[in-house]
Amino acid sequence: MSDSKLKYLKLSGLEPLIITPESNFVNVGERTNVAGSKKFLRLIKDEKFEEALNVARDQVEGGAQIIDINMDDGLIDGKEAMVKFLNLVIAEPDIARVPIMIDSSKWEIIEAGLQVVQGKCVVNSISLKEGEKEFIHHATLIKRYGAAVIVMAFDEVGQADNFDRRIEISKRSYDILVNQVGFPPEDIIFDLNIFPVATGMDEHKLNALDFIKATKWVKSNLPHCHVSGGVSNVSFSFRGNNPVREAMHSVFLYHAIKAGMNIGIVNPTMLEIYDDIPKDLLDRVEDVILNRRDDATERLLDFAESVVGKVKESKVDLSWREEPLQNRITRALVKGIDQYIIEDVEEARQAADKPIMVIEVNLMTGMNVVGDLFGSGKMFLPQVVKSARVMKKAVAYLLPYIEEEKLANPQEGDTEGNGKILMATVKGDVHDIGKNIVSVVLACNNYEIIDLGVMVPPEKIIAKAIEHNVDVIGLSGLITPSLDEMVHLAKEMQRKNFTVPLLIGGATTSKAHTAVKIDPQYSQSVVHVNDASRAVTVVGDLLQKETSKAYKKSIKDDYEIFREKFKNRSQHKEYRPLETARANRFKIDWESSEIVKPNELGIQVITDMDLEKLVPFIDWTPFFRSWELHGKYPDILTDKVVGDQATDLFADAQKMLNEILTGKKLRGKGIFGLFPANTLENHDDIEVHRQTDIHDSRQSSPTDQATDLGQDSAAVETKTYRFRSLRQQLKRRDGVPDYALSDFIAPKKTGIQDYIGCFCVTTGFGTDELSDKYREDLDDYSSIMVKALADRLAEAFAEYLHKQVRMKHWGYAANEDLTNEALINENYKGIRPAPGYPACPDHLEKLTIWEMLEVEERIGVKLTDSLAMWPASSVSGYYFANPEAKYFGLGKIKEDQVADFAERKGISLEKATKWLAPNIADD
Amino acid sequence: MIKDLLQKRILVLDGAMGTMLQRYKFTEEDFRGERFAAWEHPLQGNNDLLSLTQPEAIAEVHRKYFAAGADIVETNTFSGTTIAMADYYMQDLVYELNYESARIAKKVADEFTAKEPNKPRFVAGSIGPTNKTASMSPDVNDPGFRAISFDELRIAYKQQVEALLDGGADLLLVETIFDTLNAKAALFAIEEVKEERKIDPPIMVSGTITDASGRTLSGQTAEAFLISISHIPILSVGFNCALGADQLVPHLEVLANKSSHFVSAHPNAGLPNAFGEYDETPAQMAAQIQEYVEKGLVNIVGGCCGTTPEHIKAIAELVQKFEPRGVFLETVSL
Repeated sequence: MSDSKLKYLKLSGLEPLIITPESNFVNVGERTNVAGSKKFLRLIKDEKFEEALNVARDQVEGGAQIIDINMDDGLIDGKEAMVKFLNLVIAEPDIARVPIMIDSSKWEIIEAGLQVVQGKCVVNSISLKEGEKEFIHHATLIKRYGAAVIVMAFDEVGQADNFDRRIEISKRSYDILVNQVGFPPEDIIFDLNIFPVATGMDEHKLNALDFIKATKWVKSNLPHCHVSGGVSNVSFSFRGNNPVREAMHSVFLYHAIKAGMNIGIVNPTMLEIYDDIPKDLLDRVEDVILNRRDDATERLLDFAESVVGKVKESKVDLSWREEPLQNRITRALVKGIDQYIIEDVEEARQAADKPIMVIEVNLMTGMNVVGDLFGSGKMFLPQVVKSARVMKKAVAYLLPYIEEEKLANPQEGDTEGNGKILMATVKGDVHDIGKNIVSVVLACNNYEIIDLGVMVPPEKIIAKAIEHNVDVIGLSGLITPSLDEMVHLAKEMQRKNFTVPLLIGGATTSKAHTAVKIDPQYSQSVVHVNDASRAVTVVGDLLQKETSKAYKKSIKDDYEIFREKFKNRSQHKEYRPLETARANRFKIDWESSEIVKPNELGIQVITDMDLEKLVPFIDWTPFFRSWELHGKYPDILTDKVVGDQATDLFADAQKMLNEILTGKKLRGKGIFGLFPANTLENHDDIEVHRQTDIHDSRQSSPTDQATDLGQDSAAVETKTYRFRSLRQQLKRRDGVPDYALSDFIAPKKTGIQDYIGCFCVTTGFGTDELSDKYREDLDDYSSIMVKALADRLAEAFAEYLHKQVRMKHWGYAANEDLTNEALINENYKGIRPAPGYPACPDHLEKLTIWEMLEVEERIGVKLTDSLAMWPASSVSGYYFANPEAKYFGLGKIKEDQVADFAERKGISLEKATKWLAPNIADD
Repeated sequence: MIKDLLQKRILVLDGAMGTMLQRYKFTEEDFRGERFAAWEHPLQGNNDLLSLTQPEAIAEVHRKYFAAGADIVETNTFSGTTIAMADYYMQDLVYELNYESARIAKKVADEFTAKEPNKPRFVAGSIGPTNKTASMSPDVNDPGFRAISFDELRIAYKQQVEALLDGGADLLLVETIFDTLNAKAALFAIEEVKEERKIDPPIMVSGTITDASGRTLSGQTAEAFLISISHIPILSVGFNCALGADQLVPHLEVLANKSSHFVSAHPNAGLPNAFGEYDETPAQMAAQIQEYVEKGLVNIVGGCCGTTPEHIKAIAELVQKFEPRGVFLETVSL
């Protein structure tokens, strides 16, 4: 006999949480989510679990009734992190008192989480996306583990985006769960997909109303279940305008809660009290949320501008033009407004004794404000680069007057800037976004920059440093071989008795490498600087006469101590001998493993990729990172700290992207090949067979359709290549295999024919030209923007091509239906690791890919001495199709593997050691 | 069937097995018997082993409890998992230990049911907590460490469950739960067996509130514990061990108010004295249990550490004068 009174959602941590129809809205804490919190991600990546626990504790103390824990990030072992963090949470009674929401898109992570929590959790989430069979299987297990579940309104066709689809999917899900699985209806929570409204698109008008109506329908037709959702989505189109967003959230929640939504993720600081919303705003917001009038969006947009105006400065508010001259100049610099700078500078020039004074007094006063704001974290990098643009324009205007003045009064010496800094990307490396940003920021601070560009040989750096009598040398590099170049340059500087400080920066550099490998080579100062804001203070400290000596000593000492600590690390890691690691390799059951023969074996070329098609594949998060704005897109647009800045930057990026696409400023080319392959007896080498076309049937295709090479050749010969994979050796807990990429390809001795792919794509042709053009126009902001966008397009191209390969050319996932977000989260089957990256850090393997695919001949992408790709915006890698293939990080390896690798590859031990150096364990 | 009886009256569970076995003063040789005379490791204290080496003593204890008025006796299998038996290097004997223990108890139960058909007797397969915890670290300096995993527990419990059912256990009693995650692994294993065998044996679940904090050793309140094990269709939920009958009252009240299952209690004979002995008399204990039945808190009552057939007799005589706690049942059948 059932008693409906008992059909409440009951959850437990150490204490119970019972959600009844009378309960207030249950707020889920979501800061312990690597996808949503940059801070939490960093803590987990750095294994700072103690601090990560504090994030959880703060949420519980702040009133979260459930904490959502998510470890879905490509760079961490999600399962291991989930288990480790949960085990620690459970040991903290003040956190563990609340129930836990185990949040992952990967079932293995969810299950691992369920196995370590004694209380009744919520699983977030499952759906019919992968079909009924999997849905039933997961629901059955969740029930057996004793958890409630969030069901996404998602099915085989896609995500529910209107009223009918929402009720169709929720009804179907509910019926399966309740009738087939026997899942308690009170333990079902539907996430009915909250989508943005007022986007300007007609099809989005009903987004909020459909959600609310569907909520009402679900609550009245599917007894006992619950409805939840992430509220901030609804106001997405008003990002940057918090008063309107807060009102939208409140209005939406007011109606959604009335309709029956009772659980959700809401940022309490982004919520206005419903009754406190001004009547006129309330009306307009309700018009939009409830779609009460056709012109609701326009009316809210109009109104929104006035709301912004009240709270912040409006972009069209020109009252500042009435202020005194210096205020106007400072403001133009701080806000990056170049519209009036010439007239203001001219006014200043007329008032000044000498034109140079305008720079030294007026402009530098403004730039000092910029520097202070940036230094204290109140301004962000893109703004500073925009400020630099204004500065450069002003200086360019003044230069002729200054020259004239010099001619008139030659006796007076040149003015002195703060110092001269040489900047260069080292030999063999082509990446310069970071270097350019640091240059611009330093230039803003009145340093003269001697920028030698990319791929600069050491002798040129030395010569130019002497020629210009520079005060500091800054080196940058992105790929691992650049680390060696930096060490080499430090040695050269020592040999030539240099005394100027050496700055080290770039993605692969680190304090550890700088302290352990570079600093001992150079008796003068070596400083690792990885962001632009620090560069200014570091250079300032190094060059300030009063402080420099003490500062230099403190850096030297710091690195000395760091080195000592590094050498005496208490946590000495253990490694397995290569043979043991091989025995402990990841073993796929090849008898039952699903191996799909590619639909199209051989090599294909894409001569002119339609870049428009790549836009939906862009992962914007790294774009923001390249501008030193940290946070996940799209949440970053509404981030409390950097949201406004990110929104502006994003708007500029869209504009530039549009310009690139419509003007066809960049060209995309790609090549890929799919080949028969097997792993050899030594377990680590992959043998690949390529059929070479005797007749070169290369074609110039005007479309982005891939062109087959050699399919119709009269005679073919088969050439055999070998990919050498590297195997993990770091000893981890028992039961964890030591991975190498070769584990994902069937061994030859099984007699099973397996396959592998490799590829190279670029969107870099045209980048340098366009970027240089902006630079000549004194527009560093746009110049850097072009390169940052080209990088994103190249990554998007790789993503796009991988999808085409999965679905069509190879065809092992022909029915895949993944959202862009799912792609970025790497939810697809199979992997595409890139040489030089964690799974296969050996850059030398690129040479094999280049030779096999004839990359340079066919699409023009070259490899530098350090095996960086040119143009810089290029991506290359392998394709592995096995469903069990996964990304991993090689970590450190031991000398035995280096020697084995050298022998396998037929190169000297010395050469192997040089190339693998960053991965060789030194303890 | 047992469900129907529970609607009509309060059922009585047996008392302590260990307390009774102590009276036999078995020596190391007695524990070993002929079969394990040459075992390389000491065996004294391995009470579960007595089902193989002293089966008559085990049968006699069951017989005494049935004679005292118990409706249900527990099998002598509190430590019958590979995990707990590892102390004696007897992991390989786990199936046999459970099977034999259930068989012995079932045989005695059948004797009594034959004699008194209007008072059928039942055998509950006792599933103890093991000596490891899945959600607590044994190392205070490493709170994230776990000495045992869910899967290891699940596999061990599954083996025990299968053997208990094969040997004739009528019910399964997951008891003395100090870490709810261990119990969840046991329940998970039971569900697997139920599904594989297409059977539905009644399941009793009994937690342990360790001290005056009112929480399990793993930190849960009574209600959180109840919620954490309610995903499985169970016959009864209750508490046993650690506390005496009077200290259990507030926690039983939680279960009685919040649960739609039958409620069980088998407390210790008071708290141990300075020598670790339980000295509450049958009359004292029955007087405290009177509070349970007057308040209508329980459906099944028995005894844990320190209780004897005399205690059970006093309890059985008491409870027959009272109505059981009223429960609306969902689908549980024997």
